[in-house]
Amino acid sequence: MDIQAVRQDFPILKRQVNNYPLIYFDNAATTQKPRQVIDAVSDFYENHNGNVHRAVHTLSLEATDFYEKSREKIAKFIHAKESSELVFVRGTTEAINLVAYSWGLNSLNRGDEVLVSLMEHHSNIVPWEIISKIKGFTIKYANVNADGTLDYDDFESKFSSKTKIACLSHVSNVTGVINDVKRTAKVAHDNGALMLVDGAQSVPHLTVDVQDLDMDFLAFSGHKMLGPTGIGVLYGKKELLEKMPPFQGGGEMIKEVAYSQGKGCSISWNDPPWKFEAGTPNIGGAVGLAEAVKYLEAVGMDEVLSHEKALTKYAVERMQECNKVTIHGSSDLSKKCGIIPFSVKGLSSHDVALICDNYGIMIRSGYHCAQPLHQQVLKLHSSDRASFYIYNTREEVDRFVEVLKEIEQL
Amino acid sequence: MATVEDYVSRIEGTCGEEKDVIVVFKYDKKDEAIARILKKATLKNTIAGIIFELTFQDTSFRLYTSGKAIFRSIKNKQELNDLLANLLL
Repeated sequence: MDIQAVRQDFPILKRQVNNYPLIYFDNAATTQKPRQVIDAVSDFYENHNGNVHRAVHTLSLEATDFYEKSREKIAKFIHAKESSELVFVRGTTEAINLVAYSWGLNSLNRGDEVLVSLMEHHSNIVPWEIISKIKGFTIKYANVNADGTLDYDDFESKFSSKTKIACLSHVSNVTGVINDVKRTAKVAHDNGALMLVDGAQSVPHLTVDVQDLDMDFLAFSGHKMLGPTGIGVLYGKKELLEKMPPFQGGGEMIKEVAYSQGKGCSISWNDPPWKFEAGTPNIGGAVGLAEAVKYLEAVGMDEVLSHEKALTKYAVERMQECNKVTIHGSSDLSKKCGIIPFSVKGLSSHDVALICDNYGIMIRSGYHCAQPLHQQVLKLHSSDRASFYIYNTREEVDRFVEVLKEIEQL
Repeated sequence: MATVEDYVSRIEGTCGEEKDVIVVFKYDKKDEAIARILKKATLKNTIAGIIFELTFQDTSFRLYTSGKAIFRSIKNKQELNDLLANLLL
């Protein structure tokens, strides 16, 4: 991978922040956008914008074509059997909520159990907690080891005949640990349960094959993989999506709304995925996400992962030169993506992030929407997080470590 | 008459167990705000002239030349507002 050529594609990397060259290490929160994605979205709005489906005019047909071809492109990227298994949503959070409200509300009852892990992002905890209050089922939390890796024994031991679904991050958004979701999917299926995978931090960084991993549901966001904000995907096995009722009602998601006097409306649902896409979707966002996928494919997902792993290894080595810096989580870098959680002794995570910001370096501080992991496992009030992507360099890491060394003097 | 709102763009509670509060000054007023604060608060430490560790009325905080300040141990919005008023006005 020619990283300097890659960097040329990202206009924002040319800007300065607080009079320093921008160093963007907050990729686990959102990634920057290459010129190709920006141009694809602009081109759609400048030349092809219309509302999708059901109209016969040229612009609507073009927009529909763009939208559905985007779905096909992204379906192939995650190796789905067919594009109808992909529902466009706003992002990972909406995708998980869709499953919780559509499948969960209709399939879970008192006495049932949902299994999640303590390393989950709040978006893979809160929807299940909300639905459990309505339906009365139990949520079981699988333990996470002190190094941030999943306690597989505990995870597997928590399955029973009552378990209906297991929900797990493919990659932790705090530690970068890669979970063996093929293994957990097998255990789930052996116990008659479904497997939902939060792919927000995996789909952007490594090859994900939903068929090989045998996932029932996969949720991910476009903006974490070079695409626009406000577009994401729920993948669901066709037979599951077909059985699930709609999540929201409106246009596009129905076949027919037949009114009869005195009886009201008789409604028949559209087929998946449109059954789950009520209202006008984010067409430009889907086009942008497909272009992002095209960009990542051109780079090569193996290259993406290998670059991130090499940079993470280098960054960890360099950060270990700092006396007051503690790196949290697993030291086994072979099972990690490009995320480094850390703390600086004597300073709050927000202090560290603000000082870095002063030098043009963007890192994240706080719980990273994973309070249970921080409190129960890592035993931290909060942490700092540096997260890398394809455009980050060793030189940026060097500058970051220089700043960390200055911070230690405070 | 000048108010705190003339200088402050946003106040954000941070995410995490530490209940830090970050004050973001308006871009076009940040230099003036920083100058006023540095005049009134007591300087404890500085890094390269861009980060200032300060105390004022028994409250310690850090001020950044990027136009942000981080306050700790603030009990409520009124306390912060009073502090900012005393620092800025």
